[in-house]
Amino acid sequence: MDLNNLLVMLTAILIGSSCSLLGSFLILRKSVMIGDAISHSVLPGIVLAFIFTEERAAFPILIGAAVFGVLTTMFIQFLQRRSNVQEGAAIGISFTFFFALGVIMIALSTGGNVDIDQECVLFGEIASSYLDKIFIDGYFVGTRSILTMAPVLVIIILFVILGMKGLRLTSFNEDYAKALGINVNAWNYALLMLVSITAVLSFEAVGAVLVVGFLTIPPASAYLITNNLSKMLWISVLYTILAAVGGTLLALELDVTISGMIVSVSGILFLITWLIQILVQKRNKIESLKSV
Amino acid sequence: MNSLLEFFSFTNPTVRTVVLGTVLIAVCSSIVGTYTYLRKRSLVGDVVAHAIFPGICFGFVLSGSKNPIYLMLGAILAGWVALILMDAIVAKTKLKTDTAQAFILTFFFGLGTVFLAYIQKSGSASQTGLHDFLLGKAANITRFDLAVFGVISLLLIVLVITYYKVFKLISFNEDYAASLGYNVRFYRFLLTTMTVIAVAVGIQAVGVVLMSALLITPAATARLWTHKLHRLMLIAGIFGALSGIFGAYVSFTAVNMPTGPWFVVFLTFFAILSIFVAPKNGILSKLKQKRNNANKINQENVLKTFYNLIERGVEQITTQVILEKRSFIPRVLESTLSKLKHQGFVDRNGSVYTLTEAGWDEAKRVVRLHRLWELYLTKRMNYKDDHIHGLAESMEHIITPEIEKDLLKELDYPTTDPHESKIPY
Repeated sequence: MDLNNLLVMLTAILIGSSCSLLGSFLILRKSVMIGDAISHSVLPGIVLAFIFTEERAAFPILIGAAVFGVLTTMFIQFLQRRSNVQEGAAIGISFTFFFALGVIMIALSTGGNVDIDQECVLFGEIASSYLDKIFIDGYFVGTRSILTMAPVLVIIILFVILGMKGLRLTSFNEDYAKALGINVNAWNYALLMLVSITAVLSFEAVGAVLVVGFLTIPPASAYLITNNLSKMLWISVLYTILAAVGGTLLALELDVTISGMIVSVSGILFLITWLIQILVQKRNKIESLKSV
Repeated sequence: MNSLLEFFSFTNPTVRTVVLGTVLIAVCSSIVGTYTYLRKRSLVGDVVAHAIFPGICFGFVLSGSKNPIYLMLGAILAGWVALILMDAIVAKTKLKTDTAQAFILTFFFGLGTVFLAYIQKSGSASQTGLHDFLLGKAANITRFDLAVFGVISLLLIVLVITYYKVFKLISFNEDYAASLGYNVRFYRFLLTTMTVIAVAVGIQAVGVVLMSALLITPAATARLWTHKLHRLMLIAGIFGALSGIFGAYVSFTAVNMPTGPWFVVFLTFFAILSIFVAPKNGILSKLKQKRNNANKINQENVLKTFYNLIERGVEQITTQVILEKRSFIPRVLESTLSKLKHQGFVDRNGSVYTLTEAGWDEAKRVVRLHRLWELYLTKRMNYKDDHIHGLAESMEHIITPEIEKDLLKELDYPTTDPHESKIPY
């Protein structure tokens, strides 16, 4: 295993951990599909940032992402409240619209400096993330993906630790949180804003679809096992690391896409967890019957 | 202008194929989408669109070619497996629908990308056919594709017509359908299969991500215009087909412009337009209704004030006098008075206003309803007589002639209200 592959693996772990921490709260709030919608509809934000700055500068892209993340949430709410469109349909209408705008913008600016295409948007290119190495004073300090994802992970961890009380209350019982005078909307937007920022920064690496896998699957596996929020967060990060390491190794072995393999391994880990759970429940049932 | 003519005269055979293909796809997905929307399963289309990816690769590997029939069979198989697994997760674990949807969607898509990479590595034939499935290729629809779409649309339409009643019943109330002895599981399965087929067809026009728009957006738009199922399908189909044609037109005129995204943008455009202008449910018509209500309430309040002033023997009624009796925003009072004058309820003589015959009758009606309701509240609901005025203030604008009749009968045609004021007839 050479350094480059280790770097790719580290990138996957950083992206995955950020996603699974945020995803845990999305699952508890039953707004996973809103996360899915946001991860698609930040595309126009990215393309706009590319067009205006003509480079892959992280800051304008972040602003673009945050703006379109909030726009999507607002559009979903507008559809639901103003015309009684069902939630699922409102989500579907919104993200397809923004994604379509993004693809059109890409088409309009081909020939310019925008080097993203639809395929990159769908699949991402984590395997080549090691190519973008950054040196300071001649010393290798890390790849660009790692250097952008590490601070994001730190911010998310701080957000979760400092905001635990508010996040917990607004995730489990929104009405109770409201009654306590907590600004539920502010927490919602803060969470979704972080989701859109993370989605955007992971875009190049894993693509718009698979980032949802990173957001959902490890926390879902953790949620099968435990009902305790902090345990759920720890376990989901554990699942992420397992999937990232296992997926990268398998993908290198079989010479296939790394991000797709990580999500596949993650999904298989979920199915195994579920299967074990079913077997354990069955055995417990039989034993309790025996004791009767 | 030339391109407009060339496009809409449909003389160009490529244009004919593309337009016909997009329209067929649009109609299929709109019809099926109506059912998924009514069954509140809108995002299932999105799940299926992603989940059929590994199935398509599987079909490709089995057949060794990009024959659309094999790819579709693989797609349908994967779609089924995905939905069964999704329902199992919702039924057997504590995970909610949204988590199960996101899980299936990304897990299957992840498997698909691995599969695709594997196929690409083995270098078997060109994989362009597979890419078309992912990204859409409305502009390159072939005659063979067209034949496949045609057969499938026909099949879907025949199914909808044959089972129209049952599908309707199942979409609105599954339990009721079951109680009538219908095999709900079978029809649900049939509807699911139709969704999977429609997705497998539509995905070729707009690609994986945008597919759900074809199912959801026309149905949600049509819902703003009507509540009747057959009209829902018709309107959804029309919006879908129009957007398809416009999308094809844009990509025909502009170089490098993909059809799919424009298709979706036009769908969303129609949706937003409908949100504003649709009769009854549109924002504009709701605003208009709100304004009409506010106008009616203002007019009735002004007329009532006239009555009260006349009852007290005030003869010279000016805006100043009215404002002393009851607080209005002066500007609103002016406009309300001019509306009343226009309708022939009041006359104006310099600055003095008088009620016409019709105005007097209308004023009496409002005061009568107000006092009847006050009496009803004290007599039948045991309200104290200092608590009733506010309630009567709002009810007087709502009570219909039928309710008025009932009230009169219930209270035995009273002559005075709880405050000893006369009830005018």
